[in-house]
Amino acid sequence: MLDIRQISKSYGGPAGRKVLDGISLTVMPGEYVAIVGESGVGKSTLLNLIAGLDVPDHGELLLEGRDLARLDENARTLVRRTRMGFVFQAFHLLPHLSIARNVALPLALNAQAGPAAEQRVFDLLEAVGLAHRAQSLPRELSGGEMQRVAVARALAHRPALVLADEPTGNLDPDNAAAILEVLRAQIKRDNAAGILVTHSAAAAATTDRVYELTRAGLTLRS
Amino acid sequence: MTAATAARPRLISSAWRARFALLDAATWGPLRQAPGRTLVAVLAIALGVALGFSVYLINRVAADEVQGASRSLFGLADYAVQAPGQGFDEALFPKLAEIPGVAAASPVVELQVRLPGRERNLKLIGIDPFRAMQLQPALVTATAAENRKGQGLLAENSIWLSPAAAQSLELDVGDDLDVQVALDRVRFRVAGVLPPGAYRQPVGLLDIGEAQWRLRRLGRLDRVDLRLEPQADRAAVREAIQKVLPPGVQVVTPGEASDDAVRLTRAYRSNLTALALVALFTGAFLVYATQSLAVARRRREIALLHAMGMTVREQLAASLLSGTFVGSLGAAVGIFLGALVARAGLAAFGADLGAGYFRGVAPELDVQIVEYLAFFVLGTGAALIATYGPAREAASVPAAAALKAGDEAPVAARRHGRIAALFFGAGLVALALPSIDGVALPGYVSIACLLLGAVFLTPSLAGTVFGWLDPSGPAWRQIAVAQLRGTARRATVSIAAVLVSFSLMVAMAIMVFSFRMSLEAWMQRILPADLYVRAGVAAPGAYLDEEAQRVIAGLPGVVRVDFVRFEDILLPGERMPLTVIARPIDEASAGQVIPVRRSDDEPAPADALPVWASEAALDLRGFDVGHVFDLPLGNQVVKASVRGVWRDYERPGGSIVMDRDTFVELTGERSATTSAIWLREGTELDEFGERLREGLQRSGDYDVAVPGVIRQKSLALFDRTFAVTYLLEAVAVLIGLFGISASTSSQVLARRGEFGMLRHLGVTRREVGRMLAFEGAALGTIGVVAGLLVGGAISLILIFVVNRQSFHWTMDVHVPWFGLAVLSVVLVAAAAGTAAFSGRRAMGDDVVRAVKEDW
Repeated sequence: MLDIRQISKSYGGPAGRKVLDGISLTVMPGEYVAIVGESGVGKSTLLNLIAGLDVPDHGELLLEGRDLARLDENARTLVRRTRMGFVFQAFHLLPHLSIARNVALPLALNAQAGPAAEQRVFDLLEAVGLAHRAQSLPRELSGGEMQRVAVARALAHRPALVLADEPTGNLDPDNAAAILEVLRAQIKRDNAAGILVTHSAAAAATTDRVYELTRAGLTLRS
Repeated sequence: MTAATAARPRLISSAWRARFALLDAATWGPLRQAPGRTLVAVLAIALGVALGFSVYLINRVAADEVQGASRSLFGLADYAVQAPGQGFDEALFPKLAEIPGVAAASPVVELQVRLPGRERNLKLIGIDPFRAMQLQPALVTATAAENRKGQGLLAENSIWLSPAAAQSLELDVGDDLDVQVALDRVRFRVAGVLPPGAYRQPVGLLDIGEAQWRLRRLGRLDRVDLRLEPQADRAAVREAIQKVLPPGVQVVTPGEASDDAVRLTRAYRSNLTALALVALFTGAFLVYATQSLAVARRRREIALLHAMGMTVREQLAASLLSGTFVGSLGAAVGIFLGALVARAGLAAFGADLGAGYFRGVAPELDVQIVEYLAFFVLGTGAALIATYGPAREAASVPAAAALKAGDEAPVAARRHGRIAALFFGAGLVALALPSIDGVALPGYVSIACLLLGAVFLTPSLAGTVFGWLDPSGPAWRQIAVAQLRGTARRATVSIAAVLVSFSLMVAMAIMVFSFRMSLEAWMQRILPADLYVRAGVAAPGAYLDEEAQRVIAGLPGVVRVDFVRFEDILLPGERMPLTVIARPIDEASAGQVIPVRRSDDEPAPADALPVWASEAALDLRGFDVGHVFDLPLGNQVVKASVRGVWRDYERPGGSIVMDRDTFVELTGERSATTSAIWLREGTELDEFGERLREGLQRSGDYDVAVPGVIRQKSLALFDRTFAVTYLLEAVAVLIGLFGISASTSSQVLARRGEFGMLRHLGVTRREVGRMLAFEGAALGTIGVVAGLLVGGAISLILIFVVNRQSFHWTMDVHVPWFGLAVLSVVLVAAAAGTAAFSGRRAMGDDVVRAVKEDW
């Protein structure tokens, strides 16, 4: 479970610009929420705080009861490694690894190898419809196929939290719809908590709840 | 826009503005984006040009000075009759003066003397002022004016100094100058300083009679300068002169004499030039590396320009312009630096950088505009050539594929096995060719071919080795191995940079170490005695006369003493002197006396004098084992038979060793240059030295040294001579490391999205650093191992071909294994560290933001 309590973040010191102020959010396991907002409102900042890539100035950020804000950088990195998965707008697959090895990367990072790990990879690739392309390299795939691999990678190690940042930004509408469907299905199947950051209303509509981030704060839209 | 502005003509049309903007994006913009790398590329070219230019200037000035100094000795002479060593009988002079066609003849005594108490030598020239007036009028006129005051050349005990001599000896008119003859001091009074144009090198001028008497050269001359009548048939006169010359005496023109002086140093100067060209090549290679990596980094940007309408030709031109800019900037800095370095080097070390070839020459530097321009073009051209490959690659970036999200540059490195084989083949052919006019040019070409072949073989080597790497293990290693395999083309540039720089370093290290060890072993062989007493270095005027020899031989504690005489002679038809080393030696003891390399098992011809020829004499004159030749000694010519070939590192012009008793018998010359003394066991050296001083009781200087000290001084001189080489080696290695740094930092920029993703996935900063270090270590290891192999091969070419052809000596191969091992480990570690440091951005926070498409 992700529990964000009154977090604030400014840049540029005490007299600097306040980007987030008093943000609170709770996402339970199996829940899939969207965060929408205008450009520059602080969505990336919020995402970085949730991912443990930055620490809030005030407030608490609890993942499975552990306050990430209190951990040092190394500890936060290890939390990301074991409990979080990411889907990026630009896919960011490693170009010189096969898609199977790309999907297996989080397992390798968590020192999980062997038949169980291989089965997990196969199952995920099958779930996203790419088991027959397991040994292909990313450059041999289309944009939609690469994003499916990215989704599979994000879930390989059964994370507690999946963060997807504009996952359909580089895709055409048909591919976008397919990816969103796959993403939702996998999050639900693994009972992970999922957060989708997007500009697209259509994408937001695939989630359970939609929050809007404005300069005033984070409000539930629907 | 108002009507007023509409009517105002624009200085530059908008179309041209657009073109400039595009040019800026394609050419100057990329250079501005990476100022550090651009600066290093500029400096690399600057360094190469500076070294090349400075070496060229030093060589040119040195050769000009030697020629000029040589010519100033001869004045208006058309021919000079001369002989090295003891010169010739003055009875030859009237015969020469009476030859039809000879308008004037001037006899000259010339001797290099030691200056006691000053640790240096001076050339003394004795002339007949009345006869010399017709060949060097300005010189004689200047001194004649003082004759009336009793201070001219004809004045007793008077000497005139050249400006260079007066300055370097800090003497003025009226001061005393002591010179050494045998072991005695002879005092002269400085009567005047010669006019500035007279002699360029340090010289002392005196009356010939005074010279013959005071320098103990009675009845001898060293040179006769001849001026011909205007209508004389030069060839006929030369032939007539030749007919009256005794053995060992030659006739030359002043031009031939100065050419000979310059030729002596050609090999040394060629080697300096080769070193400078290596620096330029390394600089150009660095430009290639940085430009190549820049293309890879800017792939998407280049694709965008293509998509916007920039043609392939325009892209090619833009890239070449970029390289031209870097090259011209570097060349401009380089020629300025080169002139500075040349001036500083000439002022500090002289025209031979301390090697001793141009002792006493004080050159001035005057650089012509055309020389500046030539090296500017050379530097710019080198950068342009280095840019061509990357420029072609930039022009061929496929726009559509490169603009696609997730695109990566072509992965496979093109293999050039055939081209590599061609270069290796050409290198082998070049090895078989002889030197060209004494310069080991084919040897250098062979080295260049070997290097280029190795560079072209790098992709195959990298591909093979990357295939061996274990792809399993921790995630960071899996990623690193996949990255290396996947970006072989980029990796080969880094590997090649390390290979080129390290192989040159290994080659020089092995060659210099082999030379040093061989030199040390050689000195052990030729310095077997306990003590050496020597009258002078390169100063025939100082010698151990018979009295000194008797005293030395009779000293208590002396078990054995060998007196050695060095005498330069001329063989028939030759212009380069051969050194005769007269010492106790016979066929039974030769191998113990000198380091004989090969000897003749056949018995010596009964009527031939047994001699042992140096390797230089073998190379230059064909004096192989068993060879019989005419040897002019004294006033006769005897048959000599080469009984063996020995290694001599001291006389690049060649030498022969013969028995001293025979030498004395043939020439009557009993003086010795040096003595080798064996002492009774238990004799204290300090005590013996004291007894020697008391026994000799002479006013001149002499050197007493134990072999250890002689070896130490010689090796110190050796190390100083190669100091420039060591510096170039260090620079070469730094350039190699920079190749890895440039590659890593370029890749980090290109892979920033990937690193950001890895940080998101939970890869720690330390693991990213480990990954980069692994990649750097892998590249470094391949470069180092290949560099060791190629460097070893190059060292063999240097030892057995270049050195042999340039300096005509051999050396044994000694490999500094420990040093090379340490260096290899250090370089691999440095490569790993450099990669990790250069990729520190990958461990920073910026890469985290790079996952955003719009970041």
